[in-house]
Amino acid sequence: MTQSSKFTFGKLSVYLIVILLALIWLVPTLGLFVSSFRPGDEVLSNGWWTILANPGEANLTLDNYKIVLGIGLEELGGTVRGGDINIFKAVLNSLTVTIPAVIIPILIAAFAAYGFAWIKFPGRKPLFIMVVALLVVPLQIALIPILKDYIKIDLNGTFLGVWLAHTGFGLVLATYLLYNYISGLPRDILESAFLDGASHFTIFQRLILPLSMPALASFAIFQFIWVWNDLLVALVFMNANPTNEVLTQKLLGMLGTFGTDWHLLTSGAFISMIIPLVVFFSLQRYFVRGLLAGSVKG
Amino acid sequence: MTAIDEVKNPETLWERFTANIVRILISIAIPTITFIILRAIFIFLRDTDAPTWLTAIVAIIWGVGGVALLYVIANYIVDQFSDKWKARLIPFIFIGPAVAILFYFLALPTLRSFYLSLLDRTGSFVWFKNYAFVFTNKTMLEAFKNNLYWLIFGTGMSVGFGLIIAVLADRVHPALENLVKSIVFMPYAISMIGASVIWRFVYDFRPVGAEQIGLLNAIIVGLGGEPQAWLIQGPWNTFFLIIILVWLQTGYSMVILSAAIKGMPRELMEAARIDGATEVQVFFRITIPYIAGTLVTVTTTVVIFTLKIFDIVKGMTGGNFGTEVIANQQVTQMFDFGDFGRGSAIAIVLLILVIPVMYYNLRNFSEQTEAF
Repeated sequence: MTQSSKFTFGKLSVYLIVILLALIWLVPTLGLFVSSFRPGDEVLSNGWWTILANPGEANLTLDNYKIVLGIGLEELGGTVRGGDINIFKAVLNSLTVTIPAVIIPILIAAFAAYGFAWIKFPGRKPLFIMVVALLVVPLQIALIPILKDYIKIDLNGTFLGVWLAHTGFGLVLATYLLYNYISGLPRDILESAFLDGASHFTIFQRLILPLSMPALASFAIFQFIWVWNDLLVALVFMNANPTNEVLTQKLLGMLGTFGTDWHLLTSGAFISMIIPLVVFFSLQRYFVRGLLAGSVKG
Repeated sequence: MTAIDEVKNPETLWERFTANIVRILISIAIPTITFIILRAIFIFLRDTDAPTWLTAIVAIIWGVGGVALLYVIANYIVDQFSDKWKARLIPFIFIGPAVAILFYFLALPTLRSFYLSLLDRTGSFVWFKNYAFVFTNKTMLEAFKNNLYWLIFGTGMSVGFGLIIAVLADRVHPALENLVKSIVFMPYAISMIGASVIWRFVYDFRPVGAEQIGLLNAIIVGLGGEPQAWLIQGPWNTFFLIIILVWLQTGYSMVILSAAIKGMPRELMEAARIDGATEVQVFFRITIPYIAGTLVTVTTTVVIFTLKIFDIVKGMTGGNFGTEVIANQQVTQMFDFGDFGRGSAIAIVLLILVIPVMYYNLRNFSEQTEAF
């Protein structure tokens, strides 16, 4: 008896601790979410949790979202503070940076992974050792030399420049992960294709790409979240051209204006979070699989 | 056209000659035309006044399509060669672009940054003066000290909490387990700048008497304490910034460690429990040794991530109030002071700090892959 009641008590405390930890993790995001629907003056005058006391009388509004997205500013009239913040363009810029910065390295890495895994050629091993060595090299090392080159050839502040930079920095992990996956594909499928006279290019297109979809997807999610959330690369290579400014840069700029436009900061931050969160929750399984594959390495 | 076809259909010398000329011309013309088109679109994109969404779509198609096109064209060109040459050239097409990009964007910059780190801001050679700055300047020393705190507490706490949550969540109802893990993992998808905004509402400080809008101070005041300026008072402010990293990164450790724990044979733990081991003993004597390898991997990954921490400090304090870190100081040296020499020296120091991990990876690789 005592054994079982002790066990139940232990079980109960495990449940309590787990729920408590989950709440602690959730509350900060919840605070931002609630705040983003509150009028600007209220955000600054009392805590977001005060509306939880009597939710019926809470004063909620979509104005913060309208203002940062630049929608229906006329009807809000002269009361708009910080009305010139149009985050919509930054959202588009972030998408423009992110989509190619995800697809280009995956494509290049898939080719390379296939080459390393299934084509024998002199120099294969030393080149792959270079890939392994570069896995942990901090991208900080590249910022200054690459920026100097970009300035010289007019790539500074262009989408192309940022894509190439993200490609360069994401390619190591992409090649390594995809190599692990592609080299593990069953040998006989590929060999029968070779015997049928298929070229490497055909095999890559018809067999490798479709078979590697799970690995490609998991890296795609990883790279998407990474690039979308990146500040450093954008700050270094996009700084010269404010029209191409991405969301994280925009938010950093808004953070700089201490104290005044907090209500806009909340909706802006939430807009910046919504896309990666949707990607994250809808594709979580692939994402976790990719993380696990990546963690097999040292 | 393979060699076998040629034997079957003998051609005159003249026909073969002209065919080759045509091939060569096409091989040159197609890439040239492609290049001209891609370049024209690039210039259009650079100088256009078209609406953003249009530019965005054109840019995306151009970037992605351009790369795919380059591969197709390269393959087409190689197809024009004899089988012997094809076999020699194919590897270059497959791995060439990746190797070239990695070489230019990561390998070569290590040498270039080292060279740049020996120059001052006017470009004259000053030997190791920048390194002397890095290791003696007051702000830099503060950054090193703070990075050490980040490494110890940031890594320790995110791996520690990750482990605790992974172990505890394993013992609750699967539905709750999934919910809790999703909640803890969620911040991993949030940018550090987004997190900075979120935590502003936790750490905000208003003077005594004013209504607190920061959660932490509201709790302190509610309990009868005095509100604190969490982000301004050193040395604890760095600690409060570290909490943000822990909040972001714990999910990662949790997911990996949870998978490792799920992979443990259940009988092992059951047997220990039947033999009278307490849960704490099972945890330290069985779970921990069993997942030790994964624990090392996760810790290394978080250490490398934490070493380069930048966005949180930039977003929360800008490196003020004694919270400076190495990576932020590099950006400050680059942009605020225009000193590429010092910036490069800091980058080299970061590189040196990861060399042990690089060595470990390489040793692992050569052990695992004798047959490579």
